[in-house]
Order: sequence, then C-alpha cells, then structure tokens
Amino acid sequence: MAAALAHPHDTCAGETQPAVTNSTELIDTNVSLHRWPFRRLPLDETPALVAKLRANGVTQACAGSFDALLHKDISTVNARLAEDCDRHGKGMLMPFGALNPMLPDWEEDLRRCAEVHGMRGVRLHPNYHGFKLADPIFERVLQLASERSLAVQIAVSMEDERTLHPLVNVPPTDTAPLAPLLQKFPQARVQLLNAFRTLRGAPLQVLAKAGARFEIATLEFVAGVDKMLAEIDPATLLFGSGSPFYYFESAKLKLKESALTDAQLAAVSNRNARFFLGRC
Amino acid sequence: MKIWDLHCHLSGVPGDEPEERIGRLVEIAGRMGIERLCVYMGMQWSKDPEPAKFRRENDEVLRAIAKYSKQTFGFVYLNPKHTEASLAELERCVANGPMVGVKLWVAQRCSAKELDPIIRRAAELKAVIFQHTWFKVNGNDPGESTPLDMAELAARHPDVPLICGHTGGDFERGIRAIRGFKNVFADLAGSEPCAGYTEMAVRELGADRVIYGSDAGGRSFASQLAKVFGADVPDAAKELIFSGNLQRLMTPILKAKGITP
Repeated sequence: MAAALAHPHDTCAGETQPAVTNSTELIDTNVSLHRWPFRRLPLDETPALVAKLRANGVTQACAGSFDALLHKDISTVNARLAEDCDRHGKGMLMPFGALNPMLPDWEEDLRRCAEVHGMRGVRLHPNYHGFKLADPIFERVLQLASERSLAVQIAVSMEDERTLHPLVNVPPTDTAPLAPLLQKFPQARVQLLNAFRTLRGAPLQVLAKAGARFEIATLEFVAGVDKMLAEIDPATLLFGSGSPFYYFESAKLKLKESALTDAQLAAVSNRNARFFLGRC
Repeated sequence: MKIWDLHCHLSGVPGDEPEERIGRLVEIAGRMGIERLCVYMGMQWSKDPEPAKFRRENDEVLRAIAKYSKQTFGFVYLNPKHTEASLAELERCVANGPMVGVKLWVAQRCSAKELDPIIRRAAELKAVIFQHTWFKVNGNDPGESTPLDMAELAARHPDVPLICGHTGGDFERGIRAIRGFKNVFADLAGSEPCAGYTEMAVRELGADRVIYGSDAGGRSFASQLAKVFGADVPDAAKELIFSGNLQRLMTPILKAKGITP
C-alpha cells in the first residue's frame, strides 16, 4: 500500500511502512487568512476560521493570505500571516507565504519565508501577479524554492471567472508549462490549488504523471472524488476546502458523497498531505 | 432535514441510458440524504433545440422518472422560439403527462414576449417554472437570460411564481435584481459554494424565497448542500430552503395530479 501511494516527488520516498494516520483527521491544504478584496466573508476573522476548522476535524491547515493578491508590500503580508498563524492557530495553521516575482527583491521575500518565518512552503498567484508558468522567472522561483525544500502551491484561480470583478478580470493560470519543469526539478513539491474548474482530461493526467498534486476545493461532478481517484495517481489528490471563501462543508461533504475505502479516505484526508509537506 | 433537490440533470453522470443515469443519481443523492430530485434536459444538451430535439430530451427524462417515480419529478424542457411546439409539448408532458414543471434555458432571453403564452399556460397547469439565468462578466450567450430579464418577465406575470435559476451565478447582483419581485424565487444551484451566498439571500429575499438545488451531475451534491448546511441562518430557514419552499410551490400541481410526495 505504501509503495502504491508513495509519490515520485515525495521527500519521504523510500519509506516502506505507511504512517499511522487517522482516517477522519483532516489536513486542509487550501485556506486563506485576511481580507478577500471584493467582499467580507463570514469567517474572515482568523479566530472564527480556526474555530470552524477545529470543529470539523482539521488538525493542520496550509494558510495563505488574501492580501497577497493585490498588495505590493509582500514582506508585510507574509509577516502578518506568520504572526496570525502563530497567535490564533499555533500548531494548526501553517503559513504559506506569498511570492510575487514581478516585484523587486522577491528573492529576499523567499529568504524571509524560509529563514525568518520558518515556513514550510510558499503560495503563488500568477494570474493576479502578471506572470506565466512559461516565463523564466517562474523557473527561477521553482529552482530556489526546491533548493530550500519549500513546498510550492500555485493558485490556478481564486474564483469562477464568470463572476470576477470587471476591473480585476484575470483569466485562470495556464498550467501546461508546469509538467516539463517538474521533470527538470524532480525534488520540487508542487500543488495546484483551485485547479479543477479549468483542468480536466489529458492535461490533468500529464500534470499528475509529472508529479503535481491537487486538492478538492473546486472538484465537482457527482461523486467527484471517486471519479478523480480513478483518473489520476491517488497519491496526488489532497484535501482542500478553499475556506473561508467557500463554505467549508463543501469539501468535507465531498468525502461522504464518494464511496471511499478507509485507505482512500485516509489518503485524501491527511496522508497525501503529509507526504507533500514532508511530514511523513 | 427533508431535502428536495430542485435542479438535476442526466448529463455528467455515467451510463448509456437514462435509466442507468438516474439510478446512479438517485443512489448518490440517497447517500447525501436527498429524498427527491427534479430532473430536466436530456443526456446530450442543445442550447437552441428544434422541437424534435427537445421532444427527444423530454422523452429521456420521462423514461428516467418512470423508473424512479418515488424519488424524482420531471420538468419539461421547452424552447420559446418555437412557441406552438412548446405549448404542444407542455400539453404532452405536463397537462397529459407526469411532469410537474417547466425548464427554460438559453435559446431566448426570458424577457421576450414569446414566453408569455408559455408562462400563462404553465401557470394554468400550476406547473413550477424554472428559468436559467447568469450574469457573466465577459458577456452572456445571445439568448442567455440575466436576472434582470427575469425581473422583466416577473413584472408581466406578477401572480405567477417563477424560479430564477442559479440566481444569476453572480449572486450579489442576482439577489438584488430579483429582490423587489415577490413572485421570484432564488435557486441556489450550480454556482461555486461561496460563503455568504445563502446568508445574503435570506437577508434580502426572506428564507421563504430561497430554494436548494444542485445542478448535479455537473456539480456535486456536496458543494451545493454546503450552501445551506454551512450557512449562518436558523434551522427553520434551512428547512424551508431544503424542501419547504419547493414543496409549497409544487403542492397545487401535485394535488391536481393526485401525487402524494
């Protein structure tokens, strides 16, 4: 079972015994703190979000910041993120700082994420920051993040493109250039967030084979988790809620809607995330 | 809580025949505690169907609901561009058939006068009337209605209950577009499970004008149920949204057809 679920880009590769995991424990790889720029959200105060997550069995959550979308002072965004994770969700909220490689001195932000804040990973918003995955700058980000053993999350989109604010009408990120880069940097641990609105079929399978991970916040179709586990390497599908932008219950109920085995449930709920985070 | 799903389709579900697809939908819906599914449109959709095509789609739904009559209701899919054929189909499937509602999609904006005879006849039959709407930032399809079109239609038929499908998708605009038209109901289905959606709908429209639906099989039941389960509204409101409002709208036609839900 461990061999079947191990992932080519796992930093825990070579482990022969599966970690003991509770099938009901949730590691949420897709939450965000602070203010969504376009309206208030019911749980956009961090203590309220943490309470909701804990009440629903979430023991760890990868947290980015909505402020990263449009703020230019990324250093302060990340410092505030780290502080709020520590103050309101110590041991539970894992800050994933933002990098905007289109801004000056972004490599210093990367250093601060790793050395000052001790972050496990970083989160990118290419469509809000104006770069593409085919741009040389993204390859540089991936290279430096990999050298520092930082996991990399890429938000393909943040909301349905049909309902975007007309003045911030950003198309979803094109993920096709990622596959060859994952082959070039085999140590890179990359997860696509909010990918399933736009990523389906052959392009999805190419990315999964290349080692990308995904999460279920935007996974649809009836019994969609079941369906997806049959289409891609099951080790690549992680739990993510998109909370507080989305109702948390959406992701949790998806695990009920599909008839998952205990092993599948444990893998999606927490085990695959442990490998992604290097916490086997 | 009793849950009826206003908005389901045979598309996006595995199976070669309508009976297979509805069986799968019913099975999964049962797992999620959903008792009844309103089903419309066939296995392969057409945005602007000729009469023969929408008749074929309705035949598929008739087969599906015949197989699972205790768990489903059918709505007849019509194209207002073909008014006479649509009226004939309304007679076939609703007046003289088991269907209990009307589905209108994107062939023609619902503000068009061509809809009026269909709305009048559907109202005489007490059929539930459902019209797809969306506000798309990059522009709607030519015949695709917005909630503002729904508001125009509602103003012409103030005594006829109308359901605003998807509430325009962009719910912040959609809810406000229909707020002042008391005969219009908000369908929660088929958009992203954005937190705050149901709270705003209840606040602006009242819980008695909000209806749960999923848009399954393209959407999951999970993401759409979450809009109600996850909403910070009273349980009494959730009960209305999950089934009370839809059952109230359907009661006249169900009684007329001798159907006890």
